[in-house]
Amino acid sequence: MTSSDTAHSSRGRGGQRPPHGSERASDPTTLLRARDLKVTIADHPVIHGISFDIAPGEILALTGESGSGKSMTALAVMGLLPDRANATGSLTIGDGENLLALPEKKLCTLRGREMGMIFQEPMTALNPVQTIGRQVSETIRIHTAVPAREAEIRAAEMLARVGLPPDRFPLSRYPHELSGGQRQRVGIAMAIALRPRLLIADEPTTALDVTTQAQILDLLKSLVAEEGMSLLMITHDLAVVSDMADRIAVMNKGEIVEEAPAAQLFREMRHPYTRTLFEASQHRADLPPEQPRTEPLLKVEGARRAYALPRTRPFTARPTFEALKGVDLTLHRGERLGLVGESGCGKSTLTRAILGLEPLQGGTITAFGQQVSPDMPAATRAGLQVVFQDPYGSFNPRHRVRRLIAEPLHLLSDPPQGRARDEAVAEALTAVGLSPDDADRHIHAFSGGQRQRIAIARALILRPEVILFDEAVSALDVRVRAQILDLIADLSRDYGLAWLFISHDLTVVRSITDRVLVMQEGRIVEEGPTAQILDAPTHAYTRKLVAAAPRLPEIGKIST
Amino acid sequence: MSRTLITGALLTALVLAAALLSYVWTPADPEAMTIADRLQPPNAAHWLGTDHFGRDILTLLMIGARTSIAVALVAVGIGIALGVPLGLAAAARHSSLLDEVISRGNDLVFAFPSLVIAILITAILGPGALNAILAIGIFNIPVFARLTRGAALGLWSREFILAARVAGKGRARISAEHILPNIANLLIVQGTIQFSLGILAEAGLSYVGLGAQPPTPSWGRMLAEAQTMVALAPHVAIIPGLAIVFTVLGLNLLGDGLRDTLDPRLKVQRL
Amino acid sequence: MLAYLTRRLTSLILSLAVASLEIFLVVEVAPGDPARFMLGINARPDTVAALRAELGLDVPRVERYLAWVGGMLTGDFGTSYTYRAPVTEMIADRLWVSLPLALYALALSTVLAFPAGLLAAAKRGRAGDYGVMAGTQLGIAIPNFWFAMLLVLLFAINLGWFSAGGFPGWENPALAIKSLTLPAVALALPQAAILARVLRSALIEITGEDFMRTARAKGLTRGQALWRHGLRNALIPVLTILGLQFSFLLAGAIIIEQVFFLPGLGRLIFQSISQRDLIVVESVVMLLVFAVIMVNFLTDLAYAIVDPRLRRRA
Repeated sequence: MTSSDTAHSSRGRGGQRPPHGSERASDPTTLLRARDLKVTIADHPVIHGISFDIAPGEILALTGESGSGKSMTALAVMGLLPDRANATGSLTIGDGENLLALPEKKLCTLRGREMGMIFQEPMTALNPVQTIGRQVSETIRIHTAVPAREAEIRAAEMLARVGLPPDRFPLSRYPHELSGGQRQRVGIAMAIALRPRLLIADEPTTALDVTTQAQILDLLKSLVAEEGMSLLMITHDLAVVSDMADRIAVMNKGEIVEEAPAAQLFREMRHPYTRTLFEASQHRADLPPEQPRTEPLLKVEGARRAYALPRTRPFTARPTFEALKGVDLTLHRGERLGLVGESGCGKSTLTRAILGLEPLQGGTITAFGQQVSPDMPAATRAGLQVVFQDPYGSFNPRHRVRRLIAEPLHLLSDPPQGRARDEAVAEALTAVGLSPDDADRHIHAFSGGQRQRIAIARALILRPEVILFDEAVSALDVRVRAQILDLIADLSRDYGLAWLFISHDLTVVRSITDRVLVMQEGRIVEEGPTAQILDAPTHAYTRKLVAAAPRLPEIGKIST
Repeated sequence: MSRTLITGALLTALVLAAALLSYVWTPADPEAMTIADRLQPPNAAHWLGTDHFGRDILTLLMIGARTSIAVALVAVGIGIALGVPLGLAAAARHSSLLDEVISRGNDLVFAFPSLVIAILITAILGPGALNAILAIGIFNIPVFARLTRGAALGLWSREFILAARVAGKGRARISAEHILPNIANLLIVQGTIQFSLGILAEAGLSYVGLGAQPPTPSWGRMLAEAQTMVALAPHVAIIPGLAIVFTVLGLNLLGDGLRDTLDPRLKVQRL
Repeated sequence: MLAYLTRRLTSLILSLAVASLEIFLVVEVAPGDPARFMLGINARPDTVAALRAELGLDVPRVERYLAWVGGMLTGDFGTSYTYRAPVTEMIADRLWVSLPLALYALALSTVLAFPAGLLAAAKRGRAGDYGVMAGTQLGIAIPNFWFAMLLVLLFAINLGWFSAGGFPGWENPALAIKSLTLPAVALALPQAAILARVLRSALIEITGEDFMRTARAKGLTRGQALWRHGLRNALIPVLTILGLQFSFLLAGAIIIEQVFFLPGLGRLIFQSISQRDLIVVESVVMLLVFAVIMVNFLTDLAYAIVDPRLRRRA
């Protein structure tokens, strides 16, 4: 591939930045000052006049649920709001001019130089057809007049700084050759290549696994400490910032409802919304007491599944990827079983195999004494239903709720028709806390949480004995998540339902299961009672997972 | 409703109306040759002038529209009727032998220069509207098969399809119940585009004498006949061409307008 | 990369083999015995038989197919029934018109389309965009042979800048290029319209990608981001269209050659179909199919150059 650099090196603007440590702003206590910041999108207000300050070297966390306006605030600071958005008020860095009044051309000279930004999705945030070296050095070359060669040397230093040393991660790597966490490091290197005074991170770890998340958070912390940057951290997850942020601002519906030093905020929680968020984040569903184990409903024994990969060299055997390397699990009647593991550990493959959507290459799965396979009898299938993660992708957008919920009735040899069918739908809707009238509406009329309720209603309509929850609350905001967890707990109480709850989130698994399995690279590495596994893990991997999981401080236990 | 959609729909409706009207009324007798009146420029008696046999050009255009529309429409019908089921079947059995055969078959048809094959087909089977339909229709099959397969594959990995499978529905039933309705918009828009391409292809074939045969009037042949007289009477060459542009433009605008109205993210293929 | 190349090469050879078989079969079932056609309706059966033997038509089909394919592999396309001349030479003569014409038109179409597509994408929703979109909408709707007639009417008949048709040969390259100019313009314009629209929509789609926002966060202007990060990513769909266009221009020139009386492959194929010169028909069609498949192969390689993700696997 072409490594020739055609970028215009003459494009650099201005001279050298003053060395680090020298005074920058006339007011040494404030780096970013936001005053009465308002944002409208197509004349619809989304931020209603917020004010906040970030001091040099300080970490301010902006937290809130989706739609609270936290990301819009970050984009407003960068001057990267969507086309139809309009921002008013004042935003200044140091003693500079109001960013909102600057012409686009001037803003371009500030972005990447005075302020850098890291985005949520490392998989799509990098240009797939450019080497990482070129993408990192571009930040340097776009703003300074340094020669290409030197920019590359500095890019290599930056990559080393973020944990990608050039001997293992040469500049010639392409993004697709890196993992998600490594890509996020490249994104950080690009953002800090010129050591901007302000770094903005918009949900930088949300798309990452928990162990990777911990590493990236450590990296950000050390950058702030060692490079003297200020960090504006946007996150929906209070736990992520609890032991990292100096101050926390809680946003709700376009307003900052409470802002305080982190410890003080957790101690006082003056605003009821903050308290609600905090409680929802560590919500424990009220599970009925565990029953003694009786007969096994679902048994997975030595399950193996391998996928063929494309050949890497001609005329060789196709390499295979073993997603399941012999998995055993048993789910008893009424049991609440959890399965945790990071992405790529084989959870999804196992789910599909249990649902009889994919064949196994070895081992067996039996449900209710019947063999599970892609062509198992309808009666077996009817006993095993599922709730998927994505509340938006789980429904055919063209059907009404009635038809969506009634779909599994297809599995009955004599499915109810007409009135009986309507009654079954109404009963399922009522069971999940919706109204029977909702049956006539289209799915797009419902919010994410309501859609997960509808998904549960669909899984419930056949009165199955087992439901698989595949990351079923992962896409939901904390308050909605708490409600759905309560609903699921009720299902155990009302129907004696057994479930396999698959999740990457240890807090959720702790809240909704009695027993848990830990999965790593296609194997179950540890299993036991949930509380015991999560409080006193024995396997090294489980210990790593538990240690990496962000935790909220317990109220009243914080000292300043 | 976008302006594009309205303009496109109006243009298309106008051409359709003219074609339908020609069954009951035309300004003149299409076969009446008045040599004395030949090559007249547009005037009060002949709104669009006359050709080298003295026939009324507007009349010929109206009747010619029937041929163009019929050929293109049936060709699109062939493409949808055969291509869509093939594409659905290939997607339902992704990576299976069936999928492989259908995909390779598509590639192969695409590898043949369509115009040359159309010429070959009409040359072998003899020129005529029916064979023109066949020649154009064959190349519509892989267009729809590929489009359907691509769009359906994207849907098969969606969770609502998994949910339908968990509900025990078979692949054929899921294809009909869940996949097809969700790609219908795409098919409608692509169908409009293929319709317009069919009009162009029919004009090309009849221009080289392989479309509808005399005495059936056709736009392409009117152009071929006008070619030698283009210096003498430019309107004989210009007007039928404008009729083609008018029709194709109308259909393309209709397609774009439908796409914008139904779903701006639809990915149609052109060429 | 090697695996990618091998896979593409294998499928290339397979496609060619299947295509040759299909062409042979289609042409063979064509009604009309070449020998009888050449000798006329009243020919005596033994004369026809003699000619069939001379043309090699009495050999079993399987053998004839193998001989045809074998010959092509060594560059020998056989002998024309009608002209009794080597098909290879006939094709080569015509290729000297058709190939330059296709390349000329492709170059014109690219030169017209890129600035138009870039302009429209950069000025999205503004006057420049509307102008390009309206122009291309019209360009797509115009049949190229009709456009060719208009060009002749304006530039040859009225203004007298170009000749109305014919090809003087390559002895005088300037004259040859001049005589190919109107046909190339006629071919290129509708193609340029399609290409410009594809480029525009690819660029607009890229503008919404996350990595474009990352580029802007580094301090690149809209234009810089589009040029440095957008264009190369947008090239993938554009390459597909370019590949399709080359084959279309090579074979699609068939009608334009009629308009301008150019002695290209198109006219050759017309003549040979009407004269039942089957071997020429087969060979020209095979050559065109070969060109299409080769261009597809090259497009695949170009993808791999543009997109590093394809190089490693896929």
